[in-house]
Amino acid sequence: MSTYLGMPTVRPHPDTPPAAPLRWGPSFPQAARQTLRDEQLRANLRTATRTIRDKRRRVTAELGDWEQLRDAGAAIKADVMSRLPELLIELEANVTARGGVVHWARDAAEANAIVTGIVRAAGAREVVKVKSMATQEIGLNDALAAVGVDAVETDLAERIVQLAGDMPSHILVPAIHRNRAEIQEIFAHRMGDAPPGLSDEPRALAMAARAHLRARFLRAEVAISGANLAIAETGTVAVVESEGNGRMCLTLPRVLVTAMGIEKVLPTFADLEVFLQLLPRSSTGERMNPYTSMWTGVTPGDGPSEFHLVLLDNGRTRALADELGRQALHCIRCSACLNVCPVYEHTGGHAYGSVYPGPIGAILTPQLLGLGDEGGPFGAHDPTGSLPFASTLCGACYEACPVKIDIPSALIHLRERALHPDGGHPPTATDLAMGAAARVLASGRLLRLAGRAAALVGRVTGGRPIHRLPWPGSLWTRVRDVPGLPRRSLSAWWRDRGSR
Amino acid sequence: MRIAVFATCLVGTVMPRAATATVRLLERLGHTVDLPAGQACCGQMHVNTGYGPEAMGVIRNHVRAFAPVLDGRWDAIVAPSGSCVASARHQQADVARRHGDGPLAHTAEQVAARTYELSELLVDVLGVTDVGAWFPHTVTYHPTCHSMRLLRVGDRPGLLLGAVEGLELRELGEAEQCCGFGGTFALKNAETSAAMVADKADEIVATGAEVVTAGDWSCLLNIAGALDRRRTGVRAAHLAEILASTRDEPWQGAAL
Repeated sequence: MSTYLGMPTVRPHPDTPPAAPLRWGPSFPQAARQTLRDEQLRANLRTATRTIRDKRRRVTAELGDWEQLRDAGAAIKADVMSRLPELLIELEANVTARGGVVHWARDAAEANAIVTGIVRAAGAREVVKVKSMATQEIGLNDALAAVGVDAVETDLAERIVQLAGDMPSHILVPAIHRNRAEIQEIFAHRMGDAPPGLSDEPRALAMAARAHLRARFLRAEVAISGANLAIAETGTVAVVESEGNGRMCLTLPRVLVTAMGIEKVLPTFADLEVFLQLLPRSSTGERMNPYTSMWTGVTPGDGPSEFHLVLLDNGRTRALADELGRQALHCIRCSACLNVCPVYEHTGGHAYGSVYPGPIGAILTPQLLGLGDEGGPFGAHDPTGSLPFASTLCGACYEACPVKIDIPSALIHLRERALHPDGGHPPTATDLAMGAAARVLASGRLLRLAGRAAALVGRVTGGRPIHRLPWPGSLWTRVRDVPGLPRRSLSAWWRDRGSR
Repeated sequence: MRIAVFATCLVGTVMPRAATATVRLLERLGHTVDLPAGQACCGQMHVNTGYGPEAMGVIRNHVRAFAPVLDGRWDAIVAPSGSCVASARHQQADVARRHGDGPLAHTAEQVAARTYELSELLVDVLGVTDVGAWFPHTVTYHPTCHSMRLLRVGDRPGLLLGAVEGLELRELGEAEQCCGFGGTFALKNAETSAAMVADKADEIVATGAEVVTAGDWSCLLNIAGALDRRRTGVRAAHLAEILASTRDEPWQGAAL
């Protein structure tokens, strides 16, 4: 525990490192109970999400064709999903023709084995990394550490998360749960080469990180990245970023390994026009991001001389098989849905127990893991099964999504899958209660009886608010009253007034 | 016009004042109003909770109860709820089709095409914004998520409230933020829901309004419950209750 001496206030989030980055910890309600208590976290999140949200609103409103761009993005993605196999084969052919090597990985273990194999073959003990959700999803850094390779995250926020021993809590800004005082502590105690007397001024922190990272860029033999997009017709791969760390990683080292989810492929170079407008405006709220790097295979004397592209499935073809749910694969990881989500704003990302938090995570994670599939997770109380229920269905995510993923409809669909797994299951108490409710709600006569019963309670309680109810009503009355019940039922009122 | 009122299951059992206000308002405007006896629920709670197959009977009953609109029994159907109208318009047919009942889906679509949320009916169908109401209170309006994002009622409720004599409208901060109700979400994720409604209650109190209004009693039940628990003194009234209020028959809150 000596590593924790000297930094008593900064503890890793979550407390214990998760075994599986795609889903760890208890069900969403249980995890949220913990994160909701963290007032500091809630204050950080509130400020941060609202700042990004307002920026996004401004820069999307200024484009006259924003809605058409969203439609185009949705249409291109739907086209990609309808012919994913042929596009991937076309991509492989074109990457190979330009001197790259393409690898296919069915799952996290295969992908990790491929990447660690390449790194070891290159003889590297340290690699620099461009922020990548795909490599977070497969736990690549741990796999590299297991073979004695130190993976250095070079995105500033990702480096903060790595040094703190945290899991990311946001797709774009993974350290959104940390404020600058905490970051100062993390740098001072974990960076190893932080300048003495480091303050928590943003500029001081940035300069410390800059010096720390630059040394690693210059000595790295191997870089590992993800991909925002890849173009099937040319074999071009692209990374979109803001800090320039990506450009360093993609150009300086001798060997470049890119791990990419198979859904990131786009048919043509012209499709970039749509996505390079949608992505920066939706994610950072910028008209254009500072650095867009594109490379096609290898070019002698210019950049890496060895390029590997690892195409990752890891549950994506399983999601593709679901006609309604597959739109989760349209996601371009902009995180606009996180920034507008009132649930995310209150609970933070760690409550979702996945590298994919927020509304998109609530539909993507369960599908990657096979919710309701034979032998797979199911039920509203299962950690994975609870995710689609972590939403009020307010629709803010759908409105913000640059590729128009109908997240609320997908959530409802996945709730149904969670509760009606393949192969069935014995009914729960909730199933029985909902079945009984369905019979009452399918009958005008029975509902009138329920109305009269409510009015009877209303007369007994004198129409006063009710402060306490037995379970499950107690879940409501713990923080709210039940406004007074009527003393006369609607049907009695209608009957007594006669027809007019 | 002959108008059928779909009270909705929640208003029909625990908040009938929104339904009676809708009836009184429409009659005052010179229309003939009916409250079809076979009606119960649109099926939204079951569908949204993941009980789609179980919702089929509920949807079937709803469509049967209001199908006479297709034979000219009524000219329109109105509900004092954006959420339930959105379920009829955007959900019922999809659910029916997915669970293999094409004819039900077809009829559901036709019935839904004649079904309106209250502010839609008043402004779009009846062409009225000043309904002759009197409501001498300060009021703040919470746009419920489904009326705002699924029905896109936009400024219709604001136009109606703006024309009410004596009413002073106070703008609500972070108005478009969900109140945290979300149907069974309020129970399944009780702590998160509580944190969300606490923020909503703070914003409402900050307006200094005496009354908070909305187009859905479901969300209002959540909001009013939190306001009551904190003894804020802010009262909740459905949009229909405000529009039904006149000098002769002023709003009386919970009285029925």
